[in-house]
Amino acid sequence: MCAMDNVALFTEKAKLVSAVVSEIKSLEQAYEYTTELCDQKEACQLLLSGCEEPLSGKAEDLCQLKDWSKMIAAPGLSEEELKKFIPLAKEKGISLIKDGVRNHLGGIDIGFTVVDYGIAETGTLVLDSSSEELRLATMISEIHVAVLPKSKLRATSMDVEKELISYMKDSPNYTAFITGASRTADIERVLAIGVHGPLELHILLWEDN
Amino acid sequence: MQSAKDLKGYRTELKGALDNEFLRTSMDNFAVAYRASRANAFKGMDVDAMIRDVAKRKSAAISHMDELFEEFKEKAEKVGVKVHLAATAYEANELIAKIARDSKCKKIVKSKSMTAEETLLNHHLEDAGLEVTETDLGEWIIQLRHEGPTHMVMPAIHLSRYQVSDLFSDVTKKKQTAEIEKLVKVARRELRQKYVEADMGISGANFAIAETGTIGIATNEGNARLVTTLPRVHVALAGLDKLVPSLEDALATLRVLPRNATGQAITSYVTWITGANECQVTEDKNKEMHIIFLDNGRRALAKDPDFKEVLQCVRCGACANVCPVYRMVGGHQMGHVYIGAIGLILTYFFHGREKARNLVQNCINCQACEKICAGGIDLPRLIKLVHAKIQDEEGHPLQSTLLAKLMKNRKLFHTFLRTAKVAQKPLTSNGYIRHLPQIFMKEHGFKALPAIAKKPFRDEWKKIKPVETRSKYKVGLFSGCVQDFVYPEQLKAGVKVIAGHGADLDFPMEQTCCGLPLQMMGELDTLKEVALQNIAAMDASKYDYIVTLCASCASHLKHGYPKLFANEPGLSVKVQQFADKVVSFSTFVNDILQVDAAEFKHTGQKTSMHYPCHLCRGMGVVEAPAELVEKGGMEYVPADEAQTCCGFGGTFSAKFPELSEQILIKKMTDFEKTEAEVVVTECPGCIMQLRGGAVKRGEKFVVKHIAEALAENKIA
Repeated sequence: MCAMDNVALFTEKAKLVSAVVSEIKSLEQAYEYTTELCDQKEACQLLLSGCEEPLSGKAEDLCQLKDWSKMIAAPGLSEEELKKFIPLAKEKGISLIKDGVRNHLGGIDIGFTVVDYGIAETGTLVLDSSSEELRLATMISEIHVAVLPKSKLRATSMDVEKELISYMKDSPNYTAFITGASRTADIERVLAIGVHGPLELHILLWEDN
Repeated sequence: MQSAKDLKGYRTELKGALDNEFLRTSMDNFAVAYRASRANAFKGMDVDAMIRDVAKRKSAAISHMDELFEEFKEKAEKVGVKVHLAATAYEANELIAKIARDSKCKKIVKSKSMTAEETLLNHHLEDAGLEVTETDLGEWIIQLRHEGPTHMVMPAIHLSRYQVSDLFSDVTKKKQTAEIEKLVKVARRELRQKYVEADMGISGANFAIAETGTIGIATNEGNARLVTTLPRVHVALAGLDKLVPSLEDALATLRVLPRNATGQAITSYVTWITGANECQVTEDKNKEMHIIFLDNGRRALAKDPDFKEVLQCVRCGACANVCPVYRMVGGHQMGHVYIGAIGLILTYFFHGREKARNLVQNCINCQACEKICAGGIDLPRLIKLVHAKIQDEEGHPLQSTLLAKLMKNRKLFHTFLRTAKVAQKPLTSNGYIRHLPQIFMKEHGFKALPAIAKKPFRDEWKKIKPVETRSKYKVGLFSGCVQDFVYPEQLKAGVKVIAGHGADLDFPMEQTCCGLPLQMMGELDTLKEVALQNIAAMDASKYDYIVTLCASCASHLKHGYPKLFANEPGLSVKVQQFADKVVSFSTFVNDILQVDAAEFKHTGQKTSMHYPCHLCRGMGVVEAPAELVEKGGMEYVPADEAQTCCGFGGTFSAKFPELSEQILIKKMTDFEKTEAEVVVTECPGCIMQLRGGAVKRGEKFVVKHIAEALAENKIA
């Protein structure tokens, strides 16, 4: 299968599970997209029940969310990349954090990641999430924005087997396959999005070569 | 969680489920929707080859269970995991309670684990004073309701949004609406807090990969990710059967599992965890991680020649999705902890004879589960084996023993049938039994039962044997007892259709019942004796083909017999040669004799087909009957769900008449919609059920064996 076929197939399959797929030419474009998306969305709605009551210190941390306007977590980015991203966010009054995600377990608006591989057959993202910050950013955010470099797109899961094995050999590792947003059909088999993880998944296909 | 004391109590519970309208509707919708989404998910793929591949990988893994465990342990311990082996369910539960004590954990969040359901882990931990919260939405709902799951993948499928709304109102002490989207958000909010407070997370594992010491977990909600990330301690509980040699095995299985489970190409999340990962809330910034492998009989199962196959189960739940009985009564009646066909087997091994005794009899033997099983397990056969084992342990019921005694001796059996004909005389009218004799229960009233024929087919054979001018094939005709003694006209019609094509027909008089009823009753010893009588009566070397007009006989002769003697040297060859020659009537007439439309007068009569379970699944015949209907001068009108069971199942309909009736009504409705004048099928059992129902209900269509429909139109 040639690369173009993989892009088309990946896009089709990812959209089938309600991911939003766009194409970008540069990472700067991804930062603009993410800032714009965050600006457009309503502030994080997920407030832990009981926030209005007096709480213990630990639990109150969760509610600090109220003080924040909006927040993006981008733990995987280098300092250099963050320098490009932060001004864009700042301009819109959005906080951008790269660590301390555990302090915001009530929820953050957007988790931003650059993923390691894509699997066209199922529209799946492969993300080495061994860093706890990165892992949490993709779990507790309301929207997950993932950049997938086109050069990292493979046809099937079998085509990333060797790479996965190299992750898993001889050191602790936490790798995630992510396909669409968090979903459940546990009540009357009716599909509902965002039961635990992100409510939306945005995939930015990056023309990286 | 089915736990009735006896069959009578079980039937009462079943009846309760049948009267639950919400359950019935949702199960019906699910059964139909599942089939479509599964087909869509596998579109363009060779499903059977993929399933064979999974079965091969799982089977290889099972035979190396101990070595894989050692390899996994070594690899996982190198990366900071403590790997434990629990011999029993209690040991596993106690190990986890001890880890909680030692690590001072008080609050636990849990993601879905069937293995933890198997060990009843939550009870144990709660008794030890720990707070346990299920985080999978469905599991949380049933935990709050103090129930067991009703499906392996969708544990709360039996509940309505209104029931969930009431439940959540109780939990939050605030009135909740019945909007599903909002209820899901309530769960999100309530459970997020639980994650934050928890100090231990318990997960299951879909795969345990020996080459890297990795566990793989598939979820849609993403709850397993939070469970394995936020708390400082992670305990994974997995059956030893989850061990596979390589990542490749896991990836290959993963291509089948979600597609087969819910018709998804893949679950939203698949999490691969190797070793104790970063966890910022601990002193050394590393997670405390334990993996507990549960034996609970698995190592012994792996060595059992008959039952090791059950360990090939990947817990997709598909065997329930396609089960006509599950569809009628749901998982609380069709399982104890494990649900569906696999549950009927596993209950015996993991939860005991008491719990399995009634349950195991509730299999209609339609083979829908066998055909769909992602692990390639011959579920119906193993269910019957469990049934037989329980009878061997507890003593066989009288009627079962009598049946076995009678069938062991062909002459005695046939004499009994001839005598029954005389005995039924005052009760019959127009070929049906007017009033049911005492031995049948009143619940049988939903169908008219046929009477024993005046003259069995065997008595007429000499008179009707066709003379072929040129002989092309030597063919043995296997009648089966129902057609021989109840419906000889079907065999006569079949002979008429076959005549004139060079098939030199032979009908050996020593042939007897194929033995399927004995299998259904759990009489395995007699079953083998009867099979050997047939094989001796019909020496395979004399024939090119062995034809039968009964799909149940055909499938049992062809696939059941070789399995009966698989491990018996000297017998297996002869049995296989016999089995290789067995063909169904429609295959023989359509594909081998290749009858032509010119042989039949054209009536254009609207004709629908019921595909007997043992024809479409047992024999893999799905095209020949429809082609024959058209060649035979009729117009073929397909019915919805034409390949689902009619509810007969031989002795099943005698044991569970209420279920049999409900399944039948569904079929009748589907045929009404086609506006067919005739419904044909290819199994006397199905005819007994369908025709009996059609007569009783005053349906506009008549039910015929396909041979009868063809014979009527054949131009002499």
